[in-house]
Amino acid sequence: MSVLLVAEISGSQISIDATSKALVAVSSLGPVTILAAGEGVDPASLAALAGVEKVLHVEGAEYGHQMPEACAKLLQTLAPNYTHIAAPATTSAKATFPRLAALLDVMVITDVIAVDSADTFQRPIYAGNAIQTVTSTDAIKVMTVRTAGFEAVTDGGAAGVEVIDAAEGVESSRWVEDRVVTSDRPELTSAGVVVSGGRGVGSEESFAIISALADTLGGAVGASRAAVDSGFAANDMQVGQTGKVVAPDLYIACGISGAIQHLAGMKDSKVIVAINSDSEAPIFQVADYGLVADLFEAVPALTEQLK
Amino acid sequence: MKILVPVKRVIDYNVKVRVKADESSVELTNVKMSINPFDEIAVEEAIRLKEKGVATEVVVVTIGVKKSEDVLRTALAMGADRAILIEAADDVHTDIEPLAVAKLLAKVSEAEAPDLILAGKQAIDNDMNATGQMLAALLGWGQATSASDLEITDGVARVTREVDGGLQVVDVNMPAIVTCDLRLNEPRYASLPNIMKAKKKPLAATTAADYGVDITPRLTVVKTVEPAARAAGEIVGSVEELKAKLKEAGVV
Repeated sequence: MSVLLVAEISGSQISIDATSKALVAVSSLGPVTILAAGEGVDPASLAALAGVEKVLHVEGAEYGHQMPEACAKLLQTLAPNYTHIAAPATTSAKATFPRLAALLDVMVITDVIAVDSADTFQRPIYAGNAIQTVTSTDAIKVMTVRTAGFEAVTDGGAAGVEVIDAAEGVESSRWVEDRVVTSDRPELTSAGVVVSGGRGVGSEESFAIISALADTLGGAVGASRAAVDSGFAANDMQVGQTGKVVAPDLYIACGISGAIQHLAGMKDSKVIVAINSDSEAPIFQVADYGLVADLFEAVPALTEQLK
Repeated sequence: MKILVPVKRVIDYNVKVRVKADESSVELTNVKMSINPFDEIAVEEAIRLKEKGVATEVVVVTIGVKKSEDVLRTALAMGADRAILIEAADDVHTDIEPLAVAKLLAKVSEAEAPDLILAGKQAIDNDMNATGQMLAALLGWGQATSASDLEITDGVARVTREVDGGLQVVDVNMPAIVTCDLRLNEPRYASLPNIMKAKKKPLAATTAADYGVDITPRLTVVKTVEPAARAAGEIVGSVEELKAKLKEAGVV
């Protein structure tokens, strides 16, 4: 058995946290080769991850832009050498991996939360309301890993880096632009602390009190789907089944009722705090500490106390 | 321009999901079923493109049990022109895998020759987020997933996609596959007269066997269980007490 793990890379930026957690998830499946495909990538940080056998490095603008047509084609050419092809379940892998699986005539296994054996995996269904264990009969397992439940691996490896050729170009799609919000805050899915606001926050301006608490704790800012749909927060801040899945040490939910699809995105957090004026809100059923209070008073007060 | 929209009949998103006692799947007997919410957004987008004069025909297709005809009628009542039912299972608990669905849809696509396929980004039952991408691969078409905006000009679909870092804009040559995210539009409610009219719109009933596609599952379900529940927490009385508890837990 041998595993090809596709590193999460945007442009030249390697998401080492997501890649390293996925590495831990698949390391029981055999020797792991990491694919570093991007534009201007320095693969040294990947080669240094403990337990990596080899790093394949390939350059291409279309890989940097995570274009699924080109990425799937590249992976298709590499696939015959591996029994498992895996990646962290980012939006990039979610676009590419099912495409790759169809090219290989195998069924994709998405959002894996546990590897039971070489062919048996657990994944959430129905927005996390059930966990299904499935066995694959396909020769190559094409899978994405939901990284929130795995610890990141430490450094200590010294894998060799082999430069490989890009696959033939693909004409069907072209990258136009990225509209990315740059922030000094930690990345949502790898932050130790996440402070999220929901519909109760009421406006985009009021989200400042959520950000202020997050900044005091050195954390990231998240939002419920209701807050994003209402235009209070950007789509990339959405925590939930169809947004980002997070598992920080501390998750503070402010003005979030706790719809099941939101809980699916944060219930693996180590400590959950809920601040909500509605004592009946379902969020209190998953919170370790609940505070029934007006968030416009409680959140700034907590920020002040923690400074 | 013709648009093909695949839709799936799933458990209604308001229904509390329960796992069957034998752990084979989630209980779907006598449970309210509806059109997958993401697919409803795809139907809405297709109808809007027709209303704008960009598209000329909207064809909807579903694969599942015979009762899946319900969701086709919903789409027809919203404004789709005609429908295709592919009966592929007798038991509502039989989930046809995305790979098999994509193979059937590829056959439908070869026959219908649409310029654009609009699909939901994922079904809220198995949450695979795979069918659109698999179909794009089988047809050799370009794809754009998780669309929050779509513009069609001169045979090119310009799609704004919701991605981890924010938004990404891509151009995809048509024919193309675009999968729809929540913020693309807000689907309309079908009016009663349109619901009545939809009963008379053409619906072709076919079976999976008619397409000569092997739909044998590649994944075997070992078991389906409830997720581990979190232990109940405590309600604190004040911000000061909350701060003290967080200090005690070592997280601040």
